[in-house]
Amino acid sequence: MTQNELAIPRVGGVDEASKSGVATVATPTGTAFLRRLRNRIRWPQGRRAIGFGKLLRTTAFKLTLVYLTVFALFAASLLGYFAFNTRRLVTEQITRTVNAEITGLTEQYNTGGIRRLVFVVDARARRPGSSLYLVTTFNGEGLAGNVGSLAEGVMNTPGWTETAYRRLDDPEGTEHHALVRVFQLPGGFRLLVGRDLEERERLFDIISAAGQWSVAVVIVLGLAGGFFVARRVLARVDAMTDTTRTIMAGDLSGRLPVAGSDDELDRLAVNLNEMLERIEALMRGFKEVSDNIAHDLKTPLTRLRNRAEEALRMGKQDSDYRAALEGTIEESDELIRTFNALLMIARAESGGASTHMGEFDAADIVRGVGELYDPLADEKGVALRIDAAEAMPLRGNRELVTQALANLVDNAIKYAAWHDVGAREAPPSITVTARSEGDQVLLTVVDNGPGIAQADRGRVVERFVRLEASRSEPGSGLGLSLVSAVAHLHGGELRLEDNAPGLRAVLVLPRAGRQLPTPTD
Amino acid sequence: MRILIVEDDRDAADYIARAFREVGHMADQAADGEEGLALALEREYDVLIVDRMLPKRDGLSLIGELRNKDVHTPILILSALGQVDDRVKGLRAGGDDYLTKPYSFSELLARVEVLARRRGGRGEETVYRVGDLELDRLSHRVSRGGSEIDLQPREFRLLEYLMKHAGQVVTRTMLLENVWDYHFDPQTNVIDVHISRLRSKIDKGFSQPLLHTIRGAGYMVRDAK
Repeated sequence: MTQNELAIPRVGGVDEASKSGVATVATPTGTAFLRRLRNRIRWPQGRRAIGFGKLLRTTAFKLTLVYLTVFALFAASLLGYFAFNTRRLVTEQITRTVNAEITGLTEQYNTGGIRRLVFVVDARARRPGSSLYLVTTFNGEGLAGNVGSLAEGVMNTPGWTETAYRRLDDPEGTEHHALVRVFQLPGGFRLLVGRDLEERERLFDIISAAGQWSVAVVIVLGLAGGFFVARRVLARVDAMTDTTRTIMAGDLSGRLPVAGSDDELDRLAVNLNEMLERIEALMRGFKEVSDNIAHDLKTPLTRLRNRAEEALRMGKQDSDYRAALEGTIEESDELIRTFNALLMIARAESGGASTHMGEFDAADIVRGVGELYDPLADEKGVALRIDAAEAMPLRGNRELVTQALANLVDNAIKYAAWHDVGAREAPPSITVTARSEGDQVLLTVVDNGPGIAQADRGRVVERFVRLEASRSEPGSGLGLSLVSAVAHLHGGELRLEDNAPGLRAVLVLPRAGRQLPTPTD
Repeated sequence: MRILIVEDDRDAADYIARAFREVGHMADQAADGEEGLALALEREYDVLIVDRMLPKRDGLSLIGELRNKDVHTPILILSALGQVDDRVKGLRAGGDDYLTKPYSFSELLARVEVLARRRGGRGEETVYRVGDLELDRLSHRVSRGGSEIDLQPREFRLLEYLMKHAGQVVTRTMLLENVWDYHFDPQTNVIDVHISRLRSKIDKGFSQPLLHTIRGAGYMVRDAK
């Protein structure tokens, strides 16, 4: 079928359509032109200008083609069905009329014989219209009618035939088509009644043409739409690609453009931006660590070296050397501790697959840490209170969470005890609680020590940051950094709040999905 | 005591071997996994010290092979990898203890001595006795010189561990790992405070102290007589 051929979506289809005068596309679409356009994307700077060939290869355009094919096939078959049925309807109408006329004429013949029939047929044949009549004798001699010539043998085959014919009043050589019925009259005469088919064919042609036109329009509009959509998508994807390239080149501060339309590309861009944010933070952390390692490990290393050098230069007896060596070991132990803490923070911060995650009871951790620190608090004259009665399922790294909480308690004891005792009324005390709030578990360590000034709270979680007031206390300045890193690893956070007086440190961690069985002990 | 050190860092291996010989032990060295395996199968050792990352055959595979061949010599794994998962993997492969680099020799020595005496040690006894101090593991009772001492559950476990290894140095890290099951380093030395509490309960009022601090190493329960 012609419709089907048209429905096959080829770029060339546009070309054919434009030849037949349908297309109103502004772009010339010869294959040579296509090739030229396709070549454009091979230009080295062609990334900016969206190439034609590149457009053709986009998912959006390919999808458009698929939809276009489906729609065109659908339109074509619908019109085909319509055309077929119209044709059938017209044919049926012709048959009915012809049958009625034959019945009428047979009656005339039966009542008035051949003479009357010839008379009636003559009269009818003279009327203008598309009706055909012919009466012949048994051996084919014409008696009446308006048929000039017929295809051979038609009169000898009674029944329905579609045949070529010429009317009597037509000039010689013209040819029409008609649907005729040949009827054998009693007495050997033959009667032919028929209708010209021109009307039917014209109707069919009109519908076919309409079908072809509409399919052509569907293709043209579809292709144009496809190009438009592909162009739009491609422009955005290209913008994203450009940004990624600059980011890959080393500028981590770049972010992908977000159009604000909240579509799938926007969501992708937002997610990628979040990923970049994280990478940037990690890289910044990495840089900070290396800077800090350089600074803070160099200081004790220099001290170590100086001590050894001094012992070599000034040492007079064995005990001098011994003292120097013991000091050296102490210093290097301290270095190893700092180094371990740094590694732990780095590991918690990089997080992910390398960290073993399990499910455990947060209240258990609180009780364990409380029990570990109780004698120390006691010795320092600090009242340590633990409040964690009910089981609180938590998903995470048990070891890291324990260490984070231990660091908070350690800090609290240090500062609660360190605070100038004369200056306050209440005796130093610390409360450690585990409490769940919504889908979060809050591990809180509250002290009534000096607290941390609002301005310093953000700073203390950074590595090696030690507030002036505490410089004299032992410690690496890494404790809170580790807590903060552990919180982030678990998708939680470390909140430092004012307890007036004192500090309220809250380690916020996400609750585990399902309830833990109640501990039996 | 005879020790095999399987370690590819020659300096480190030499240092450990020398130190062990100084305190009166015998130490053999192997520089790679295959040599270590051959030596461990050929000779009788009390403890094997195996580095985790070795040329030719890695430490874990060496341990697995030995255990497959029914060699049950206690093994201490040395490793630069110190995560919980790494330790679990090492112990699951058949190691008996896991020590992360860098370590002090006193820590290594204490752990090796505990490992070596584990076989035929006092693990099966129900009552530990050191001098006039008695600890009943079944009834959870502790008494000294006939009078009962009231201990908290954790203090009991602490004393139990110390008495199980009576006469041997036990480091702070060993206590933290075995009594508390914590594998991290608390900022302040909380163990010292626990020990001094325990000491005040078992040694106070007695002329002969049993719980001793070993400077630069750890603690030891010992009857001085």
